[in-house]
Amino acid sequence: MSAELLRVTNVGKSFGGFVALDRVSLRVRAGERLGLIGPNGSGKTTLINCISGALYNDVGEIHFEGRDITRLPPYVRARAGIARSFQIPKPFRSLTVLENLQVPLEYAARGRAGARRATDEALEMLELVGLRERAHEDSAGLTQVDMRKLELARAMAAKPRLLISDEAMAGLSSTEVDEVLGILRRLNDAGITVVMIEHIMYAVMRFSERVICLDAGQIICEGTPESIVQDAGVQRAYLGA
Amino acid sequence: MKSTVFWGALATIFAAGLALTGVVQNEYYYNALYLILQGTLMAVAWNVLGGFTGYVNFGSAGFFALGAYTTVALNKALGLPLPLLILVAGVVGGLVGVGLGYLTLRLKGVYFAIATLAMSIVIETLVVNWSYVGGAKGSYMLTPDTHLWFDSYIQMLFVVMLLLTLAAVAISRMLNSSRLGRGLSAIRDDEVAAECAGVPTLRLKLVSTSVMGAMMGVAGAPFPYFVTFVDPLSAFNLFIAVNAIAMPMIGGTAHWIGPVIGALLLGTTQEIVKVTISSEMNVLIVGVMLVAFITLAPQGIVGLARKLRRGRPK
Ligand SMILES: Nc1ncnc2c1ncn2[C@@H]1O[C@H](COP(=O)(O)OP(=O)(O)OP(=O)(O)O)[C@@H](O)[C@H]1O
Ligand SMILES: [Mg+2]
Repeated sequence: MSAELLRVTNVGKSFGGFVALDRVSLRVRAGERLGLIGPNGSGKTTLINCISGALYNDVGEIHFEGRDITRLPPYVRARAGIARSFQIPKPFRSLTVLENLQVPLEYAARGRAGARRATDEALEMLELVGLRERAHEDSAGLTQVDMRKLELARAMAAKPRLLISDEAMAGLSSTEVDEVLGILRRLNDAGITVVMIEHIMYAVMRFSERVICLDAGQIICEGTPESIVQDAGVQRAYLGA
Repeated sequence: MKSTVFWGALATIFAAGLALTGVVQNEYYYNALYLILQGTLMAVAWNVLGGFTGYVNFGSAGFFALGAYTTVALNKALGLPLPLLILVAGVVGGLVGVGLGYLTLRLKGVYFAIATLAMSIVIETLVVNWSYVGGAKGSYMLTPDTHLWFDSYIQMLFVVMLLLTLAAVAISRMLNSSRLGRGLSAIRDDEVAAECAGVPTLRLKLVSTSVMGAMMGVAGAPFPYFVTFVDPLSAFNLFIAVNAIAMPMIGGTAHWIGPVIGALLLGTTQEIVKVTISSEMNVLIVGVMLVAFITLAPQGIVGLARKLRRGRPK
């Protein structure tokens, strides 16, 4: 059993009167590959927002590497090693694709490298996700699919300890899904903990060691990919069976 | 632009300015050049926050007047020399800029823009009711007798303004093409994504608003000596605020050279129109140019040049 990297304790978040997260608790081990599933509107993105600091949770605590990060601003969490991609891409539109990666490389990545190194590393990461050719184009002109790839690359560029990918594969072809799975797998082999939110079941099943299913802001089930598909509650809530 | 070329260009421009004072006597030219430079400095300052960081400021006249009235007050109270007055005006402008920076925590977009306008009005009201600096009636400034080796005081003011403007351009270029500049661009494009990429957005916005405020304060500091009579009407002139926005918009806000190009173009046009037609025409000219550029070239002259270069077959 390796060390605990992330601990979410009783986290709750409401929007007005609507409860998006209802006392969610979970733990992620260092080096783990965790799948997070759940129907539309079940609170997956909201949970990621609370972990990355894009939103502050109303109640509960979040610990990262044993440190309480519940009230820390997002940039501190990014520097501590939490990186996330955005489900709805948020590229830095006035910057080129390459510069989009330079921002996290220069601001979040540990042991900040010189400008030359940052460019080289950014290019390597673009190569990985297949955007090398577009490095010097304006990111605003990318297709939706390429923007998703850029999201993933930008999260990787922060050189995180924990990488959370929020539906990075939506809209990709099955070959591209396999490519992205390969990338995430390699990152994981290199010691990076990966939390993957995905609607593409095939991807979740193939990638995850453990799967957590959210429904209406609550964790309804947790287990191996095999056990999750058997779970009656998951089938009802998620698979619509 | 390469660094050596850039610094070479700055040195050449400054040397040319100095040389000019040895050749040309006519004070009119220095008046006109001073105003063009003042416009450039204001435009460069506005662009640090408005262009690089994406927070539109309608209250430039407030910061400018802050500098001008710092001079009036400290000249009257302590009789400080001009370099010190400029320094203090920069500090005052910078501090108020920091205050404005904290506003960005709560106000974004159009609400922030309106708040800057309100702030300018608040400062104006304070000045109007502050009789020490002349209140609504305004106050006269005595032109000092000493003007170094220059033939006249206005020549010296011109050289001072040239130096300040060149310094501001250098700072703006440094902000634009560096790690800091990429951080500011990220904030302009998406603050949440910027934070999640490790950018300390509040700290960077405070840098941006204080640099903007300091530059505008500095721009206003020599103004009382330039006009010799300052009142709220001249110091809080709407034209100053409008020019500070129009010049970067016309030149292009994304690149540091944009506001410089816009200011030189618009400023020179205004000075020419002032002598050949009338100064009232200037308001119309700014308006027409602004509308024309916003509809035809929203990225300004720099954006237009980029597009043309890219469109050309290789
Ligand atoms: N900023 C917000 N303001 C108000 N309501 C919100 C906000 N963010 C999310 N919600 C609501 O919270 C609920 C959970 O949304 P969330 O985006 O977390 O779901 P999700 O599991 O990521 O869904 P999907 O699979 O569609 O991405 C939804 O009903 C959504 O409308
Ligand atoms: Mg979601």
